[in-house]
Amino acid sequence: MRRLRRGREARSKGGIDLLYPRGFWQGLSAPGVLWLLLLFVVPFYAILATATGGVDPIFGNAIPQWNPLRWNGDAFGYVFQQLGVSDGIYHVVFLRTLRFVAIAVALCLLIGYPVAYYLSRLRGRYRSVMLVLVVLPFWISYLMRMLAWVGLLQDNGLVNHVLMTLGVIDAPRPWLEGQSVTVILGLAYGYVPFLILPLYAALERIDTSFLEAAWDLGASSFGTFIRVTLPMSKQGVLAGTAIILLPMFGDFYTAELLSGGRPETSMIGNQIVLLLQGSTLGSAQARGAALVTALAVLVSVLTLYYLVSTAKTTREARRS
Amino acid sequence: MRRVRSLLANPWRKHRFLAAFSWVYVLWALLPVLIAIGFSFNAGRSRSAWQGFSLRWYVSDPDFSVLHDPLLRSAMAQSVKVAAATMLIATPIGVAMSLGLARWRGRGGNVSNFLMLLPLVTPEIVLATGLFFVFVHLFAFVSFGTTAQVFGHVTWAIPYVVVVMRGRLFAIGPEFEEAAMDLGAPPMEALRRVLLPLLAPAIFAAFMIVFALSIDDFVTSQFLSRGQTSTTIPMLIYGTGRTAPNPALNAIATVMLALSLSAVGVAVLMLTKVAKRRGGGEAEATGVVGFQI
Repeated sequence: MRRLRRGREARSKGGIDLLYPRGFWQGLSAPGVLWLLLLFVVPFYAILATATGGVDPIFGNAIPQWNPLRWNGDAFGYVFQQLGVSDGIYHVVFLRTLRFVAIAVALCLLIGYPVAYYLSRLRGRYRSVMLVLVVLPFWISYLMRMLAWVGLLQDNGLVNHVLMTLGVIDAPRPWLEGQSVTVILGLAYGYVPFLILPLYAALERIDTSFLEAAWDLGASSFGTFIRVTLPMSKQGVLAGTAIILLPMFGDFYTAELLSGGRPETSMIGNQIVLLLQGSTLGSAQARGAALVTALAVLVSVLTLYYLVSTAKTTREARRS
Repeated sequence: MRRVRSLLANPWRKHRFLAAFSWVYVLWALLPVLIAIGFSFNAGRSRSAWQGFSLRWYVSDPDFSVLHDPLLRSAMAQSVKVAAATMLIATPIGVAMSLGLARWRGRGGNVSNFLMLLPLVTPEIVLATGLFFVFVHLFAFVSFGTTAQVFGHVTWAIPYVVVVMRGRLFAIGPEFEEAAMDLGAPPMEALRRVLLPLLAPAIFAAFMIVFALSIDDFVTSQFLSRGQTSTTIPMLIYGTGRTAPNPALNAIATVMLALSLSAVGVAVLMLTKVAKRRGGGEAEATGVVGFQI
């Protein structure tokens, strides 16, 4: 009887969840929440504590400072100074990272948008085939895809061979020895599949009757694209850009594999790896942690911008 | 120019330019990988000049093949071991969490939901660094190598499981459980005997997807490794990709590719089948292959 009454109550409130014992859903979530608290939230704090910690006077290894009142800002001071002054180590690397990421993201959009658009206009079996082909790289290990290019770009590799046959170059070009163009193209190649999917999802959702309406009202085809399709896919462009931008800022393996970690193509991620894995000295660990924090802050600003913009669009869509 | 423009916009026109562009893209995206796979069957030592077909680098070479080179064997074993353990730990936690979060109302639920999504937008190098420090300074009982790698991978995988499960959970809706309860089933029975069987294909798909994610992972494995014995296949590619003396590296990369693609293939098949049976179309399967945040 009691259950029946609770049942009626639940249905009038519109939720089946209320029929279960109190705290049941919280209990089911608990292991996951606990795991993420201990191994996602705490690690962030550990980064901060290491960046602001001290150095063991005897062994020279890092000692994190868990008490925020006793944090010391030496490592942050060093990193920000090197980021700020125009001949600082991280200043050059940071500007290069920005340049590489900006060009690679632009390339990804130029390549990804037409493909996503085409995919969204397909129907039936053909679309499924195309979708599988476009999604496939998503599930091929990133490192494997870079390895493929290492093979192609060797001095006696296929790329040099083709370019020499076509007469574009006279002698083999050392593509893998610190060439910016290789790393940028590598980044674009590596990340473009991740951009296409959210873009496709956004373009697919556009109701074609909007395009018909624009057409009927006399818009040119180009005008329709610029004034209807493009604005309506803005969220997809933003989401896709966010998805590739964030990991690209922390990327170190592309530059490592495609240019041997040469200083002329070194990115922020390479510097972090150098500090954290190249030395066990406490000062290097703290500086590495400070650099990671700087990266995390930059990335969260971008994420925040994306989230605010998404929320705004959702609100506007609801109003209209 | 006019033609290009009209091709860009008219939804009824055959998109010849776009079709060509897209096919060129697919070729560009897949051909290099196919060529790399091809060279894993090379009879000679070169990774860039074709010298005939053989299985030398997989099985027959007594010193350097995937089957006989102890380094390659150990990397393969490590990759599979970490992926299997990750799959077995992350999937149950994630499945429970997806059910819980879908129905946990109020502030706690919202905060937990937000927390769950955060790893998806965090660059891997940041979390890997954090885990590295945590295992050095705080949870020192977690030893670097396999244990730390599994802990790291599970942290990444949980949100993916939740995202996969959530799609399926919304597609099923509460009606089946309601029906079961109207017929007299206590709530827990309805959950166990109605909802869980309906979710079974998605749970299975989640297992497969976690396996593939883990086997392809590089950054976390690398930051949390210790020594030769915890080297995984992607780490091997990173370490020796530029200097590898023969196509055995391509061969082991191909094996890894086969493992992760077949896992994902099974997952997609599973989800498309259920989606079709319920008349839901391919949206869910698409959702699996392209996680949307």
